[in-house]
Amino acid sequence: MSGPPILATRGLVKRFGGVAAVDGVDLVVNAGEIRCLIGPNGAGKSTLFKCLTHQHQPTSGHVLFEGRDLQGLATHRIARLGIAIKNQIPSIYANLDVRENIRLAGLRRGLEKRQLDRVVELTLDEIGFNERLASQPAATLSHAHRQWCELGMLLASSPRIALLDEPTAGMTREEMLKTVDIIKRLNASATVIVVEHDLEFIARLAQRVTVLHRGKVLVEDTMDKIEANEIVRDIYLGRKKEATHAER
Amino acid sequence: MMRQVKHALFPVALVLFAALGPFVLEPYDLVNLSAFSAMAIAALGLAFVWGTLGILNLGHSVFFGLGAYAYAIAVSNLGDSTLAVLIGIAMPVAFSLVLGYFLFFSRLGDVYLGVITLCVTLIFYSFMTSTADPSFHIGPVPLGGFNGITAVPSLNMPGDPQAFLSTEATFSICLLSLAGAYILLSFLRSSDAGRIMTAIRESELRSELLGYDIRFYKLVGFAVSAAIAGLGGALYTAVMGYVSPNVFDLPQASQFVLWVIAGGLGAFVGPVVASFGFQLLSSQLGANQVFNTELIFGATIILFVMLVPQGLQPMLLGLSSLKFPNRFGILRRKEKPA
Ligand SMILES: Nc1ncnc2c1ncn2[C@@H]1O[C@H](COP(=O)(O)OP(=O)(O)O)[C@@H](O)[C@H]1O
Ligand SMILES: [Mg+2]
Repeated sequence: MSGPPILATRGLVKRFGGVAAVDGVDLVVNAGEIRCLIGPNGAGKSTLFKCLTHQHQPTSGHVLFEGRDLQGLATHRIARLGIAIKNQIPSIYANLDVRENIRLAGLRRGLEKRQLDRVVELTLDEIGFNERLASQPAATLSHAHRQWCELGMLLASSPRIALLDEPTAGMTREEMLKTVDIIKRLNASATVIVVEHDLEFIARLAQRVTVLHRGKVLVEDTMDKIEANEIVRDIYLGRKKEATHAER
Repeated sequence: MMRQVKHALFPVALVLFAALGPFVLEPYDLVNLSAFSAMAIAALGLAFVWGTLGILNLGHSVFFGLGAYAYAIAVSNLGDSTLAVLIGIAMPVAFSLVLGYFLFFSRLGDVYLGVITLCVTLIFYSFMTSTADPSFHIGPVPLGGFNGITAVPSLNMPGDPQAFLSTEATFSICLLSLAGAYILLSFLRSSDAGRIMTAIRESELRSELLGYDIRFYKLVGFAVSAAIAGLGGALYTAVMGYVSPNVFDLPQASQFVLWVIAGGLGAFVGPVVASFGFQLLSSQLGANQVFNTELIFGATIILFVMLVPQGLQPMLLGLSSLKFPNRFGILRRKEKPA
């Protein structure tokens, strides 16, 4: 299995005024991977995701999807290529019921009606929503259920690659474990890049971890090695040291 | 099944009225109700584009007015009304595509969009009032400035310009057209395209991220609303026998908005009922000269926004089921990626 990686960036830069939120990122993700993206707050993880989907126009650099340069493509065109995203801030159709949310995600695939209905019910099953939850307006869901509703939309859209920005934020451990299961299902047919802080979550999912710091890739490795890495400990895992620095 | 029966109730009532009205009503009332129907058709266009797609078009009257003028000019030139009605639909559609292209592809905010469309209709108003000079004419038809175009032929049998339709037949056609517009828009709203439009109203960001080209859907919805408004304008002119620049003016523009608010944003039956109600009220008030009509309308719109923000139809449905959530309150803010 050779050919271009499913996603690659070359010297990707995004500036907001004088601040380079993403500062020359070269990222290579291979098909089928679950890649974890970690880094302290403000490292540029969310901005990187938004550049990949052209919610932000990159200041310079390139995004290659299966070797194809995405330059100039509108956000909806990128979505049509099979790049799905869950932003850090949840984005669902709050006033529509969950089933309609999922259906709208599947509808874009151009399936015939019966097949679409099947996809919707299957997806509801995969995110563990019973009939009562499925017919509820999305706005009335609990926080965790909203996250799952959005993950369900990604599942139903059958992407090639799914970008997940903090999908377990604010969840209990049990809810986090359920999210891990959903992401595994997503990974059955899609490459996944996920931003997370939860170490157990990362340990359960990720093969490789990329550490982002001040808009740059600091290091990329397996989780064991990352955890052992002194620099990473300093800037990310070793909050204590940071605190003592701050005191001085 | 029950739902389909419920949905069919309103158009069936309109069709019955179209069939039976001529037997029970005076010609004067038939003409009035024909004009009301034409206005109600145009209001449905706004109810659709605003309620389903979330585009607050404060200048919806521009499409109504273009349809009205296009009909007047075409029928006076051609003699036959059937083609003239089609031209009355096509003109505003063509204009909406051009205007919509600039509005949607420049990604203006919602408020700017409403203000710009309002300005556009007012520009048409001032232009049309300044066409009194005989040099402004299309074919033999002078545009007529403030007075507009008078002696516009009414509807005739398709293909036979000499056979003008009776008041009764015209009444039936107007009500059937209203029923037709209602059915068409209801089908569109519940179709896949309509559900995507609803989704775009709910969250543009989510829709884009799912791969929907929101500018395309907005343009299509805008053009549909223009077509419906144009049909209303053409029928209105055919019924009244004249058209004046007032079809573009501020009171006309605000009436469409008022009817949709009063009837319920997101609803279709409500705005139709509201448009009939307000036109009836206005013709009664206009007849006795005691009240200032504009004042009454102004007060009514404020009362509606304060007391029944979701509009008549959702409120009545809510009273009957007591669990219909206030999903379409006009003051509800659009979903923002908080
Ligand atoms: N829309 C924006 N305008 C200006 N600055 C921004 C914007 N979005 C993010 N930033 C800045 O870019 C940097 C990276 O932010 P972000 O990508 O959200 O980081 P992370 O997701 O890793 O916490 C931060 O300094 C943030 O303040
Ligand atoms: Mg972030």
